[in-house]
Amino acid sequence: MSGDHDHTGGSLAARVRHVEALLQQRGLVDARELDGALEAFLTRSSPANGARVVAEAWVDESFCDRLLENANSAIDELGLSMGGGLQQQRLKVVANTEELHNVVVCTLCSCYPIALLGPSPTWYKSEAYRSRVVRDPRGVLADFGFDLDAAVRVSVWDSSAESRYMVLPRRPAGTDSLDRATLASIVTRNGLIGVAPV
Amino acid sequence: MTELFTSGARVQTSRMDPPHHTRLPRYARGAFGVVVECEGAYPRPDDRARGLAAVPEPVYSVRFAAGDLFGEGDHVVTIALWESYLCLVDEEVR
Repeated sequence: MSGDHDHTGGSLAARVRHVEALLQQRGLVDARELDGALEAFLTRSSPANGARVVAEAWVDESFCDRLLENANSAIDELGLSMGGGLQQQRLKVVANTEELHNVVVCTLCSCYPIALLGPSPTWYKSEAYRSRVVRDPRGVLADFGFDLDAAVRVSVWDSSAESRYMVLPRRPAGTDSLDRATLASIVTRNGLIGVAPV
Repeated sequence: MTELFTSGARVQTSRMDPPHHTRLPRYARGAFGVVVECEGAYPRPDDRARGLAAVPEPVYSVRFAAGDLFGEGDHVVTIALWESYLCLVDEEVR
């Protein structure tokens, strides 16, 4: 019944509101406290975080190695976390190379590293993206205006369990003299999902 | 936590369509793949969704060739799957 696992459905939102109302009624949670926790999480969540991680990996080779080996402890070095107020989620960073391009999806719902990428774009949650990108990633990338060289292999990551994936894009040519902040400013959310080059 | 599979092991996913929630995507049912790594151990959503006691179970990144999933495509798809969705494949049989 994996097809029923849909976080975008209105019925689930209604159920969440119902549970929230019950919790408040019984004095188990405070509405303001809940709003505060959500707001704090969303304020901290931004693609600027993912961009900072990428810029650091581009300028510091040993950080890049640590990031690909254990992303949770590497982003901790930058004061970032996959905690988000709830449980710590495992983060896996996958690097694009000259020969390999990575792209991320959650075919069952819309899982995604919100802390590093900010709230997910609507298209990421759409049936069209979720069902097509696993079957025809080159076609989907072309729809995004990204014509990947036919010689580059494509690797799709389906976030079907408890890990979240982020793409480490290739550093563009001619950026050797740029500092971390400027490098971070050229990294886009779509680049971190893998549907655009940087 | 003892893990049944090591990196590089050839596995096949379950062909069953359970009457309850599961996180084995339908497009990957009965498919042959290769274990990339163990991602850790987590309670099975199949059990949690039914209110059953759920003990942590290893989850693996498993890589599939698009051709094995869809009959076409030159890419690979890596899916995170609970151990009980998988069984080891004897190379000789395949």
